[in-house]
Amino acid sequence: MLIEVDGVSHVYPGGVEPVVRDVVVRLDEHRIGIVGANGSGKSTFARMLNGLVVPSAGTVTVDGLDTRGHGREVRKRVGFCFTNPDTQIVMPTVREDVAFGLRRRGLTKEEVAARVDEALARHGLGGLADHPAHLLSGGQKQLLALASILVTGPELLVMDEPTTLLDLRNTRRVADLVTELPQQVVLVTHDLDLVAGFDRVLVFDRARLVHDGPPDEAVAFYRELMA
Amino acid sequence: MSTSLGLYRPGTSPVHRTPAGVKLAVVVAAGIGSVFVRTPAVAGVLLAVVLVAYTVARTPPGLLWHSVRPLCWVLVPLMVFQVLTAGWARASVIVGVIVTLVLLANLVTLTTRTTELVDVVVRLAAPLRFLGVDPERVGLVLNLGIRGVPLVLELATEVREAQHARGQAASARAFAVPLIVGALRRSDEIGEALAARGFDD
Repeated sequence: MLIEVDGVSHVYPGGVEPVVRDVVVRLDEHRIGIVGANGSGKSTFARMLNGLVVPSAGTVTVDGLDTRGHGREVRKRVGFCFTNPDTQIVMPTVREDVAFGLRRRGLTKEEVAARVDEALARHGLGGLADHPAHLLSGGQKQLLALASILVTGPELLVMDEPTTLLDLRNTRRVADLVTELPQQVVLVTHDLDLVAGFDRVLVFDRARLVHDGPPDEAVAFYRELMA
Repeated sequence: MSTSLGLYRPGTSPVHRTPAGVKLAVVVAAGIGSVFVRTPAVAGVLLAVVLVAYTVARTPPGLLWHSVRPLCWVLVPLMVFQVLTAGWARASVIVGVIVTLVLLANLVTLTTRTTELVDVVVRLAAPLRFLGVDPERVGLVLNLGIRGVPLVLELATEVREAQHARGQAASARAFAVPLIVGALRRSDEIGEALAARGFDD
């Protein structure tokens, strides 16, 4: 999937300074990492990739679809995983939350049940299908959030610091899951180990894209920047 | 943090297998019929029927107390007031009917998936399409309302713990402000997550 970001800047309503400034980049690699300090603009940039944030200036297109006019079509193809899974779990039980994303897709109850069971089994949540979602552990919630996104079959998955609230074990589980995903992934993170095997890493600083290259080079640049 | 809302307990009992629409209809009928209960004996029979339904549904007895306990601070003063003003018989009927209805509604929650309940509401709201109301959206609002309860309770616990940690245990304002701000922020985040999952129209 080709993402084209052309001359993008963004100022939030009521804001003065742009949170993203003059970004031009084309992304079509399988694994793309984004790193940067807090407030550097990387999360806003990630939200632009599926049209959650429409830039104040410039355009973002995903496989030729402009997020400004085709936000819904883009979001059907681009899944988004948030930092805090509590905000994206909207149904009371695990099974219901995974099934929620399949509503209004013209599937029969049997088709929905089959896809949900398969997604739960694949992500190690099969035994928790009827468990209250809000009583899961943090790691289980993040796995549920991911299962709920992946069951809809997105071609690209954008993840905004998905391991920030997780312990080491759950961080490894999410990292392993990301590694195994067939989908294209854009991962925003503070955990530099997560992007080690990626194809490409972008570094943001003070609203600008300041470096773009292979992981080793980009991480070294970022470490020097933060020193 | 635990709440009875959304605590569906899977099972295969006849109560579980009864269609959600029928269960909702029974709750509505019981609510309307409760107005006509006049004697403690009838109230007692209704309560007994609901307790039998709990047994049939194989729900742990502890859940009964868990369902009624939050109401005690209302039921006890109500009972005392009714005993003083209308006598034991009337007090028993009123309190008995309230307990019965709460237990009945809770039994429906315990034995029915929320999606099944929401599907019934969506079907019932279908005629409203002619007035421009989207039934799916009505169901979504119901979903979010149910989902919001544990979220707000968790938030309230966090705020209370933060208050205690800072020695502000008795301050109502120090509790209310971060709770409201947190709830509004959380609702913004949920709205964004809904949009990300394709529910943004």
